[in-house]
Amino acid sequence: MIIAESVKKSFGHRSVLRGASLKVETGETLVIIGGSGTGKSTFIKTVIGLVKPDSGSIKVDGQDLTRIKTEEGLAAYRRNFGYLFQEGALFDSLRVWENVVFGLRYLTDTPFSQYRKIATDKLALVGLKDVEDLMPSELSGGMKKRVALARAIAAEPSYILYDEPTTGLDPIMSDVINDLIMDLQKQLKVTSIVVSHDMKSAYKIASRIAMIYEGKFIEVGTPEQIKTTSNPYVRQFVEGLSQGPIKMKIKEFEA
Amino acid sequence: MTEAIFGPVGRLVVEVVEGMGNFTLLIRSSFQWFFRARVEWRQTLIQMLFIGLESLPVTAMTTFFTGMVLALQSGASSKYFFNEPLFVGTVVAFSMVMELSPVMTALVVSGRAGAAIAAELGTMKVTEQVDALYTLGTDPVRYLVIPRVLAFLMVLPFLSVVSDFTGIFGGWVVAHAKLGIPTTVYWHDIVDNMEPRHFFHGFLKNYVFAFVIAFICCYKGITTSGGAQGVGRATTNAVVYSMVAVLVMDYFVTAVLVALGIP
Repeated sequence: MIIAESVKKSFGHRSVLRGASLKVETGETLVIIGGSGTGKSTFIKTVIGLVKPDSGSIKVDGQDLTRIKTEEGLAAYRRNFGYLFQEGALFDSLRVWENVVFGLRYLTDTPFSQYRKIATDKLALVGLKDVEDLMPSELSGGMKKRVALARAIAAEPSYILYDEPTTGLDPIMSDVINDLIMDLQKQLKVTSIVVSHDMKSAYKIASRIAMIYEGKFIEVGTPEQIKTTSNPYVRQFVEGLSQGPIKMKIKEFEA
Repeated sequence: MTEAIFGPVGRLVVEVVEGMGNFTLLIRSSFQWFFRARVEWRQTLIQMLFIGLESLPVTAMTTFFTGMVLALQSGASSKYFFNEPLFVGTVVAFSMVMELSPVMTALVVSGRAGAAIAAELGTMKVTEQVDALYTLGTDPVRYLVIPRVLAFLMVLPFLSVVSDFTGIFGGWVVAHAKLGIPTTVYWHDIVDNMEPRHFFHGFLKNYVFAFVIAFICCYKGITTSGGAQGVGRATTNAVVYSMVAVLVMDYFVTAVLVALGIP
């Protein structure tokens, strides 16, 4: 279980998280929705410890991230997580299979002799075959996401954090990735947090949906509750309307 | 008005001090990781091959021509004063071994390998590959910085020694073919006057230069921000800062070595 309480984070004068509180139940897939720049990615980067919060607390299975002071402690904490980056963040200089097993050396005691087999198995889990020896530059956008997902699950984490997994993909590939997230959920029994602004994807994969606005979670509920919400901010976002309480100007310089 | 004048100056001061602080923290963190965790020898070897083998032809050619120029200049000068080319071997060897080989090699390597390192690490930073290292249980300092620093420390002295030879050889080509100096004379000019301490004077400089170039280029790389433009800026800054640092450090290291009696 992940419990975030009053998490605040600023970058210079720009306040991104302004007291974000959220509880993620074990085994669920929680989708965080919200507009660009509202703090979705910053929130999951804070959860995994890539961004240090200015204040507040984040507890994962009782362990408080903000109380970890050493780099070893932080590394041990991060062992709980697999993280799918928005653009995949595959290492350009390594082959696909080396990318997939990269974390095993640091996160597990798995002998090197098993790496290749594990890579093949994890790639099969995400629906890829015979790509082990390719370089990341030889892969399509969808394949990169799959390889990155295989890498995220290689060390068998308890939590998987997805940063906009369907962004930049065509609608069919987006749905394939959605199916994959649901499949992995069933097979690996992990807890997932998915950051997305793709409502179709959110309704399909989410156990619950949380909407973040101006650095705070303003509503959390099941997909059905979100669909029928009376909160005008959430309504405007899920229906994708330009008119409403969330002000987005056609021209940024308009008053 | 006051804000307009002092604002930018203040921000610049804060930026410089912050940068120096972060640079020092990177060096500290590197020492901590070096003693705390296993060294990534495979990565170190890859970097050694990249920095060393691939830089070898460029540094060798640069110092070969530098040696040729030195022989030509010193030969022409002594001909002007003494009517014959005197001590050409001595001038070439002393200049190359104590000063020009280490400095020229460091400048060429920082322009070639240093730029490549800053660009590679910068690209890794802006494409979140550096963050990915954290999520996969390691640290960019351990996986990216230490192998490159070690590779520089091991390879730059080697390149510099090769440059000593290519420079002296370049000088010999001109001395022999253009100035008509017999090979034995050129050789005796060197061995009769040169002592091991002269060699060590130049050799020790390489370690300082390697340390400075490696850390500046790695630092500029892993602190890159701002997409493709940021990578370009980081690469340019890495090369400019490391070249200037080499020349500045050269004076101070020379001063220390002279003070220690290793002239």
